[in-house]
Amino acid sequence: MALTEYAHDLDTPVHPVSAPDYMPAEQLRALQLHRLQGLVRRVYDHVPLTRRRMEERGVRPEHIKTLKDISLLPFMLKTDLRDEYPFGLFASPMNDIVRFHCSSGTTGKPIVIGNTQNDILVWQNGCMRALAMCGVRSSDVMQVAYGYGLFTGGLGLHYGGEGLGCAVLPISGGNTDRQLMLMKDMGVTVIACTPSYFLHLIDEGMKKGIDFKRDMRLKHGVFGAEPWTEEMRAKIESLTGIAAHDIYGLTEICGPGVANDCAHRHGLHVFEDHFYPEIVDPETLEPLPDGEPGELVFTTLTRTGTPMLRYRTRDISRISAEPCPCGRTIRAIERISARTDDMLIIRGVNVFPSQIEAGLLSVEAVLPHYVIIVDKVGGLDTLEIKVEVTRETLSDDIKSLEALRARVAHAVQRIINISAKITLVEPHTLPRSEGKLRRVTDLRQKS
Amino acid sequence: MNTQPIVENRIWQPEAECLPRPQLRALQASRLREAVSRCASVPFYREHFARLGISPDQIRSVEDVRRLPLTTKADLRAHYPLGFLAVPRDAVARYQGTSGTTGKPTWVAYTRRDVDHWSDLCARFLVAGGLRPEHTVQIAFGFGLFTGGFGLHYGIERVGAAIIPLSSGNSERQLMSMQDMRPEILICTPSYALKLMDTILNGDVPRDSLALEHAHFGGEPWTEDMRERIERGLGIRCWNNYGLAEVQGPGVSGECAFRNGMHIQEDHFLFETIDPETLEPLPDGEKGELVVTALCREAFPVIRYRTRDIGIIYADGDCPCGRTTRRMSRILGRTDDMLIIRGVNVFPSQIETALMRVEAVAPHYMIEVSRPKALDEVTVHIEMQPGLFSDSMRELQSVRDAIGSAIFSVTGLHMHINLVSPNTLERFEGKARRVKDTRRLVD
Amino acid sequence: MKINQISLFLENKPGHLNAICRTLSEKGINIVTLSLADTQQFGIVRLIVEDWQRAKDALEAAGHIVNVREVVAATVADRPGGMAEILDVIGQAGVNIEYMYAFTFRHGREAVLVFRFDEPDRAIAALKSAGRNVLDAVSLFSEAR
Repeated sequence: MALTEYAHDLDTPVHPVSAPDYMPAEQLRALQLHRLQGLVRRVYDHVPLTRRRMEERGVRPEHIKTLKDISLLPFMLKTDLRDEYPFGLFASPMNDIVRFHCSSGTTGKPIVIGNTQNDILVWQNGCMRALAMCGVRSSDVMQVAYGYGLFTGGLGLHYGGEGLGCAVLPISGGNTDRQLMLMKDMGVTVIACTPSYFLHLIDEGMKKGIDFKRDMRLKHGVFGAEPWTEEMRAKIESLTGIAAHDIYGLTEICGPGVANDCAHRHGLHVFEDHFYPEIVDPETLEPLPDGEPGELVFTTLTRTGTPMLRYRTRDISRISAEPCPCGRTIRAIERISARTDDMLIIRGVNVFPSQIEAGLLSVEAVLPHYVIIVDKVGGLDTLEIKVEVTRETLSDDIKSLEALRARVAHAVQRIINISAKITLVEPHTLPRSEGKLRRVTDLRQKS
Repeated sequence: MNTQPIVENRIWQPEAECLPRPQLRALQASRLREAVSRCASVPFYREHFARLGISPDQIRSVEDVRRLPLTTKADLRAHYPLGFLAVPRDAVARYQGTSGTTGKPTWVAYTRRDVDHWSDLCARFLVAGGLRPEHTVQIAFGFGLFTGGFGLHYGIERVGAAIIPLSSGNSERQLMSMQDMRPEILICTPSYALKLMDTILNGDVPRDSLALEHAHFGGEPWTEDMRERIERGLGIRCWNNYGLAEVQGPGVSGECAFRNGMHIQEDHFLFETIDPETLEPLPDGEKGELVVTALCREAFPVIRYRTRDIGIIYADGDCPCGRTTRRMSRILGRTDDMLIIRGVNVFPSQIETALMRVEAVAPHYMIEVSRPKALDEVTVHIEMQPGLFSDSMRELQSVRDAIGSAIFSVTGLHMHINLVSPNTLERFEGKARRVKDTRRLVD
Repeated sequence: MKINQISLFLENKPGHLNAICRTLSEKGINIVTLSLADTQQFGIVRLIVEDWQRAKDALEAAGHIVNVREVVAATVADRPGGMAEILDVIGQAGVNIEYMYAFTFRHGREAVLVFRFDEPDRAIAALKSAGRNVLDAVSLFSEAR
């Protein structure tokens, strides 16, 4: 792989892989424009949906003469990925696709992202630059406790660490005892996981008498895949003495490695030579100037498998108008503070209440009245679903109730892929709708 | 010997796989010499070499391997975690692991070059078994420390085919992906393929909605019987390969288009067969314990590793595929008490370790392994004892859950926990036979 | 005011409960009441017998694991709402019930509720001050005979 050339570790404050982060602004804009023009041409030629939308607006690829002209282009939405499932948005022939990744959709079907070899290298470059920004170097031992598989967290950081020349420990998610044991035994210096899982590791470690400062060699945490706060960062850092970094990304754009925070922590620098950010007003969809809060929109300038043109992330953020003292010319976005839709992120997994409903209602004897309670216990997200079941079922014996609960739990897990605590309750015990019903209670602290 | 290929006969690295035998033997001898000098930086080998008076320049032929010491899993465990590491930690690109006999895993390490070799070695058996760059491959092996997922992932990537890294479990999702994404090749354990086949043959997922042509199996022993059932049931070709984490992971040997056993990648691995009792070498053609020397590995070289796997290295001449490498049989059994459950290696002693975590005095227990449908089920029967019992159902169930999660934490497997009355499990004089395995895993 | 209850582990297999009863009857031990809590796979048998020590010895000699636990027994009028009244008292006292079961005595005219509380002494005090009849061992066994 071409990127392995970067692995030569100079152990300088600026890793060679980070060079594009400091590209002069005019050069960066010129590169972005050049890449945007190429992307628009590719998408126009190969993605019928986008071509149709451009034709409806009377826009042709040659109309893109400046970066501002991006506002002439149509948006892409998560629902487009669903409607065009599985391959409708692919811009490359299937032969060139080398990897598929998925993220949960709003219905039972996932959304599918195809990666060409080029896309894998672009993604790896993003993850390498993110890790390099954190201060990770080739001498580090990185434990990747994100899930591997269709989820992009595990493989993304894995390839990033491998590209930098780190020793990668691909333990994947779960089995906390084992995570702690190997973190200690193997002298791990970098952990990559969700911030909530790391809090859980700290809690479980304390129960076993493990003091992270004394017993671990950990220096860096690379945390992402769910929203978290400065408060949580402060807590993690004071408990463990590590530097806790924020990494941002989403499967539709590639996965982790879209943006990351630098030592100055003035937001997350976007690798905008690959991922062009915009902020738009979520109501009017008008572009907003840097510094204004709005919905974050990304265009994947260099991707070829499933390129995204003005993809609406539903994340609320703002692009920093001030240059960062670190000297990077790539702009920074503010930490993600809210979502514009009702998607829940639980243990790093995207969950929609509609998915839970679909799972619950696939079981006979379940009534369409339920509430979803999301909480954080011991640093770990918990999901409880209270659901009403028919009176006949409740009057039966404990064994069949247990069996029903197990069936409901399985039906939900099958769709959302994480386990939930299921509580069966009597009919008419849960709140009923008087207008707009709030089925979801999220007790996790938000800032 | 089969003389007709089942699929087109393709060879990924003909310059290595078809090397004339005299050159191959010479290459093995020189690589063995290099391996011995690399091992000199591992204290375990340095001591043994000193005791036996061996230096690398004394290794002149492949036969000289017999002068070298055997390495066992216990040796690896005694030097936990990284006593066998032969390079500086900076040079390690990857760690993988395999379950140990106690709660601690056995670690293996790879340099960047080791990972690179591993990718090509996996590409060799995948290409021999039908993989082409234009294919899409669904990986239903778990990723993580287990070598199966990553070995195959990198091998497929090397060939240039498309990967769906689905990971293990969730059959509905596996089948949905097989229908929607239309992979031609599936990577999984053979028992998992049986389970998926049940759903397909029930008609829930019509066979013609799938594009499947081949399956590459690994992770657990299987039989010709199972191959026939799955090939007939699904109308696909099923391929066998062999490997173990201690010497690399998958890609140590694999079948070719003629299916005359599994070609050993002899330019990377030196195989011997020994009598597990006397440890004496056995000639080709005789059944015995396979012993493997990794000739090229930099980070974690092992010499004469006792695999505990029983097999035969065939002595019946060259395969018509054009490869010059020797071939081996399926794995025909084990020389220790290791169980392979849903592709995961489990030792009965691990269960005891887990029980000790819940109660200081480990209760009597019995492990029952069965395959009621396609997948392995494990029930651990545990005799009730005073420290475990409570008059509260909630507490009793939490004891049971605690045992289950301790077992999961040690083995990585969910097992059924069955609490039984005191004095109801069989008692043994001498060596306890704590495992009842009703699966049929070898021919 | 507390009663000693013995409990045993029971596998859900035919004949297992019978074996327990036979062991006690062979020793001439009368079972005042027996309650069974079970799951698909195992259960807990809870017994109130007059001579709990002798019952425990006999069952342990027969290879069972026996646990002795103090429980509280209170009478309740056998009519609608009788039980709710007593549960109200316990609820107001803020005492948690680990489990409970009931049986009738005095020829069916009254019922006895057997409770295991997390704080039995507070529960007894609350029941008594609410005028409920909490049975001690002597009256329980003499009435039950």
